[in-house]
Amino acid sequence: MPEITYREALRTALDEEILRDENVVVIGEEVAQYNGAYKVTEGLWKKHGDRRVVDTPISEAGFIGMGIGAAMLGLRPVMELMFWSFAYVAFDQIVNNAGCIRYMSGGRVHLPIVIRGPANGGTNVGATHSHTPENLLANNPGLKVVTPATAYDAKGLLKTAIRDNDPVMFMENTLLYGEKWEVPESEYLIPLGLADVKRAGEHLTLIAHGRAVLTCLKAADFLAAEHDISVEVVDLRSIRPLDEETILQSVRKTHRAVVVEENKPFCGIAAQLAAIIQEKAFDDLDAPIGRVSALDAPAIYSPPLEKRQLPDPQRVIAKVLEIC
Amino acid sequence: MPITIEMPKLSDTMTEGTLLRWIKKVGDSVEVGDVIAEVETDKATMEMEAFDEGTLAEVYVEEGQKVEVGQKLAILTGEGEEAPKPQNGSKKVSADKTEKETAGEPSTPEKKPSVKEPVHSAAEVTPESPKQSAPSAETSQSRPKASPLARKVAAELGVELRQVSGSGPGGRIVRSDVLSVAKTEPKIPEHPKTAPEPEALQTGQRIPLSGMRRTIANRLLESKTTIPHFYLQAEIDAQPLISLRQQINSAAEAAGLPKITVNDFILKATAVAAARVPQANAAFAGDAIIQYADVQLACAVAIDEGLVTPVIREAQRKSLSQISAEIKDLAARARSKKLKPEEYQGGTITVSNLGGYGVEQFFAIINPPQSVIVSVGAIVPKPAVNTEGQIVAGQRIVLGLSCDHRVVDGAIGAHLLAELKRLLETPALMLI
Repeated sequence: MPEITYREALRTALDEEILRDENVVVIGEEVAQYNGAYKVTEGLWKKHGDRRVVDTPISEAGFIGMGIGAAMLGLRPVMELMFWSFAYVAFDQIVNNAGCIRYMSGGRVHLPIVIRGPANGGTNVGATHSHTPENLLANNPGLKVVTPATAYDAKGLLKTAIRDNDPVMFMENTLLYGEKWEVPESEYLIPLGLADVKRAGEHLTLIAHGRAVLTCLKAADFLAAEHDISVEVVDLRSIRPLDEETILQSVRKTHRAVVVEENKPFCGIAAQLAAIIQEKAFDDLDAPIGRVSALDAPAIYSPPLEKRQLPDPQRVIAKVLEIC
Repeated sequence: MPITIEMPKLSDTMTEGTLLRWIKKVGDSVEVGDVIAEVETDKATMEMEAFDEGTLAEVYVEEGQKVEVGQKLAILTGEGEEAPKPQNGSKKVSADKTEKETAGEPSTPEKKPSVKEPVHSAAEVTPESPKQSAPSAETSQSRPKASPLARKVAAELGVELRQVSGSGPGGRIVRSDVLSVAKTEPKIPEHPKTAPEPEALQTGQRIPLSGMRRTIANRLLESKTTIPHFYLQAEIDAQPLISLRQQINSAAEAAGLPKITVNDFILKATAVAAARVPQANAAFAGDAIIQYADVQLACAVAIDEGLVTPVIREAQRKSLSQISAEIKDLAARARSKKLKPEEYQGGTITVSNLGGYGVEQFFAIINPPQSVIVSVGAIVPKPAVNTEGQIVAGQRIVLGLSCDHRVVDGAIGAHLLAELKRLLETPALMLI
């Protein structure tokens, strides 16, 4: 099976979907002639022309609103945000319009839109370019939130997101764009709301999404080698819909859970998961649920401090040893 | 505000409970979730947990006393609060007395009542109840720190958390600590070593034990593992019984009287036979055998959650129609969970009938402390040899007898079975 980058996996997904469905259109800042700020859309404009790959001005509120209108009329727009941090100027469009239209139309208007782009810190681009809004968006019923950790998941999930009839917030990671994974050439889809056990284990479950999954896998290797602790790693893949069953099954097996996220801790994804686990698997817990999140501060600009802000394998290992 | 602790309703059928033991003493501080006392319900001994925190200011019920559901047991007070005066009729047990009793008597409360213990008579402790171990002398005041899973596993295995030392962070008791104590403890009747580890179950559901299920599990495991069972079996010609029953029932129908079942005949026959072979209507009591004067005839009745064995008192004195009416009433109330404890306790011999389910023959497990259980199969039409040596169509029923060899020898069991056979094959004898 060929190894391709996370970036190529996204591009192949877009390319295949543009070819498969004439309603699919890629819209965003610099996605066409410049080949994308992070080169995800490289070559697509040249191949498919400017009716399918459309550049926009620097106006997120405007072009996200336009995409929503287009989706109401039957197109399947894939909107690129240069950073998910820029979604905040388009929040009214995303939350009020995209998130509520299906409910407020009594189910008559579907909104098959994908909004995608990187949502991560750790790249020294400053506080206003490093947000991880998966918890903010997942807090709105009506919006789906997807956070692939690997090239394989990125391709399968993006294709499913494009075919989904509801607005899907697709959150990528600039630190992963250049990483390679095995990805089959034949078509496959990954359903939304299906977590993936990335590593099986017996003593403790690490639950993570996005790049934190890779952090957990590294920590699991170390814990197995140095501490004889067998860790299971559950990759949520989609935050909403959430695959509670896989999470609970794993916790019922290992009896210990640590939730790891690059999200902020306050009202974050880990907080939500801890609540679900204690409510539904209380009697199966042999230890308190641990959380490892980003340090609770705006994305720190000082590079040595910024390195400490996001969870690294050492922090995950320390938390695991603390509760085991 | 002082908080009143009342006798909780710990099972659907519970109307009263026996306060077996105060775990907390007057003056002890109580946290939410602490076990305050052990309460024996109609089915099991259960731990009564605190739903509030405070200091146990007064207790109104003595150990061993039977108390109705909802009746006041004790008072919890907050800091600086005083307990209100006790209500009429509820007796106060002073702090001094309670403390003296515990200090002076670290031995098991369920043994012979000591002189010092006031109302704890043997009769009030029902023999069926699973016994708890003695209170630990250095009972910890505070709630042991244990994970939810460790608590659950400890409850399932009957392990007292206070006797487990925790290996988790900060001394927390975790599951493996409970399991290692459970392994070293000899008496864990619920979990024989052959039971599969819960982890091995990949699919299906986990059904927590009800009080009744736990009692059945404990008592039958105890029976099958400690009583030396032996088994006898005889096939009986049921034709005369069928004919007599038809005769009686057609007359009864005409007179508007209730019908008699085959099982009624078997109950009657067992009562008569047990009275004639008193060595089988007996119990093993360690250093003696108790031979009962009366036949307290228990009859197994299947209900939704398990089974109960209501008892027909002094069955040897009762007529067929009396027995019939009584078991009908008892079985109906057993199914609607309306039986009182005294109605299913104290049997001396049991009949278990699976004939209604088409079972042809089986051997039931003895219901301790009894020595004999009669297992009744279905009436089956099959070839039989008549007195002239000819093969004819017959109606046959197989009776099984499970006997405790410590009490009943083979010859006595055979004698009992022969009596049963004689009575059932000449059923008119039972009407005399």
